Amino acid sequence: MKSNFLLTNATLIDPKLEDTYIGALEIRNGVIFKIHKGYPNIKIKTIDCGGKYLAPGIIDIGVKICEPGERHKESFKSAGQAAAAGGVTTMITRPDTLPPIDSPEILSFMHQRRSDASLVNIFPMATLTKNREGREMVEMGFLLDSGAIAFSDGDLVITDLKILTRALTYAKSLDALVVGHIQEPTLSQGATSTSGKFASLRGLPSVSVIAEKIGLERDLSIIEMTGTKYHIDQISSEVSLPALVRAKTRNIDVTAGVSIHHLTLNELDIGDYKTFFKVKPPLRSEQDRVSMVEAVSGGIIDIISSMHTPQDEESKRLPFEEAASGAVALETLLPAALRLYHSKSITINKLWAALTLNPAKRFGLTSGRLEEGCPADLVLFDPELPFIIDRETLKSKSKNTPFDGHRMQGRVLKTFVAGEEVYSG
Amino acid sequence: MPFCSKHLLGIEYLSDLEITSLLDEADRYVALNRSDAKHSKIFTGVTQINMFFENSTRTQASFEIAGKRLGADVMNMAMQASSIKKGETLIDTALTLNAMNPDLLVVRHPHSGAVNLLAEKVNCSVINAGDGAHEHPTQALLDALTIRRAKGRLHRLSIAICGDINHSRVARSNILLLGKMGNRIRLIGPSTLMPKGIEDFGVEVFENPKDGLKDVDVVMMLRLQKERMDGGFIPSEREYYHRFGLDHEKLSFAKKDAIIMHPGPMNRGVEIDGTLADDINRSVIQEQVEMGVAVRMAIIESLIKSQQTKIIKVLK
Repeated sequence: MKSNFLLTNATLIDPKLEDTYIGALEIRNGVIFKIHKGYPNIKIKTIDCGGKYLAPGIIDIGVKICEPGERHKESFKSAGQAAAAGGVTTMITRPDTLPPIDSPEILSFMHQRRSDASLVNIFPMATLTKNREGREMVEMGFLLDSGAIAFSDGDLVITDLKILTRALTYAKSLDALVVGHIQEPTLSQGATSTSGKFASLRGLPSVSVIAEKIGLERDLSIIEMTGTKYHIDQISSEVSLPALVRAKTRNIDVTAGVSIHHLTLNELDIGDYKTFFKVKPPLRSEQDRVSMVEAVSGGIIDIISSMHTPQDEESKRLPFEEAASGAVALETLLPAALRLYHSKSITINKLWAALTLNPAKRFGLTSGRLEEGCPADLVLFDPELPFIIDRETLKSKSKNTPFDGHRMQGRVLKTFVAGEEVYSG
Repeated sequence: MPFCSKHLLGIEYLSDLEITSLLDEADRYVALNRSDAKHSKIFTGVTQINMFFENSTRTQASFEIAGKRLGADVMNMAMQASSIKKGETLIDTALTLNAMNPDLLVVRHPHSGAVNLLAEKVNCSVINAGDGAHEHPTQALLDALTIRRAKGRLHRLSIAICGDINHSRVARSNILLLGKMGNRIRLIGPSTLMPKGIEDFGVEVFENPKDGLKDVDVVMMLRLQKERMDGGFIPSEREYYHRFGLDHEKLSFAKKDAIIMHPGPMNRGVEIDGTLADDINRSVIQEQVEMGVAVRMAIIESLIKSQQTKIIKVLK
């Protein structure tokens, strides 16, 4: 029997609205039973939120949990704890594990593991092609029946367009969502930074942002023909935006995401070869970063995600070119996103739509909303509370955050999943 | 202001005054190196380890001679043949050597930034002897000394750097150094070998050597790596020589007394005409090699002295 209670005196963020309001949420049986405006008077166990922000929990797309294969980097348990501490109530996981999640058998292993380990909801994606090799499509029908929420080859791009077209056509026939990575590999291979003054000064192998534009236009052309539901995992450069806007005005069924790192950091943060800032695609110019923030604010980019990618110390303690890509971000996503709110680049409601409502709609989830009858997946946070991130205190097994030592403003107080408190700070 | 940092990782971190003071020191060593008694004993007991993760003959030899002339114990480690092959990481190798208490590590590595990483992990001083396409500070300093001695000054000169700028750490360090000293820098090369955003470094870029070399005081040629000649960056060796190789005709656009430089090793007939390279009236290529030893002696001296000064400070 789940507990029933009232979260009162809260500043509620409804991502469907333009502004916040003071109210209370009555939670019964794990769902939002009733939303009260103002200060209701009900005889029930009551938690006073002290006027802090109460919002749907974050739905984070593209989380890498390193099971199976690299459990020393991140397990279901550690990822779940990190998510709960970061206000993430649903993780949509990447299939680029070892081995990749490309068969119903491996997917069912995941289901077993996640249920006994994780504090928060997990929905796994499966690969689009077997072993992510871009040669044969996976058993999409079986995988959908086994609970795959979408299909993605992660950061590998299918170069054979015949195979890509067939896979997308087949996905369309099943009404499945495909998540794609759009960096043209013949250009981006071996690159560790973005072409420009900084990369030239540091002597790093670099890739032009054109690689992203080419990949995007290629994929848009194909899905315009196949009609597949398509989500672009990460847009990171200004030059890609016109093609995306055009596609959306032509009613192509496409949505786009951006990682929190590309919204809050730029290439100069790499400084003297700091490998924790090596991500994929590489960090861009400040101009690109500002354009990405504006694109989220303007609704051109739909979803903000952490692109949580755990890497152990050994794979980062290497020369920049040899070091592994990726950063952990489940716990830093919320405070980093609040930087955009504090800098008045984006309203809190729009920010929350990109973190909750939009991914929920795209992936067909009932959570991510502040509506009666929806799951009580909630985060209570103080948007003003200042703190300094110390990577050693992160709950993730891997500590590769670029925000180590950064000053943040805004911290999670409590996280609820289906009405159960999973974190209290 | 004398140079007194712990490491020499790149020209980026030096001021114009530090550069001048290093060159002044090096000038003194040129005289010593030309005398009969080349050996100084000032650093007897100092241990210098040369770690070269990439092939090098001349730079390694130059560092070895520089260290030995100052009385240091110099050890060469051919890292390609060593534990790196057994899977040891750069940091572990560095820590192992660090435990042997060297005073100075001279490091060359094929990856940009690798020397910075190594310097963070060891107690002794580190000299960057070239990292990837990032920096080669001792080469830029020896080039600067050569120019200063040939031209009598190191400012308000027009200097052309020609060839594969994109893959060249020599070019980057030279652009930074010559820029800091207040010179006009012109880069000449095919656009496929020009780094992106290079215009923002305060240089002029030319694709036609005849325009680029017009009235310059110094012509600095760069080596074109064999592996870049396969049609990926330029169509062929002979077309490159025809369009960009330094010959008498192209050189005639430069000032009459312009000097020719090359960091070596040269590809005669690819980037430079053989007779020009040997022309003792124009070419200072041999002087560059000579200045290399003197500059490296000055750098070693400054680094070791700044270590010793710090120890004295701590003791006081």
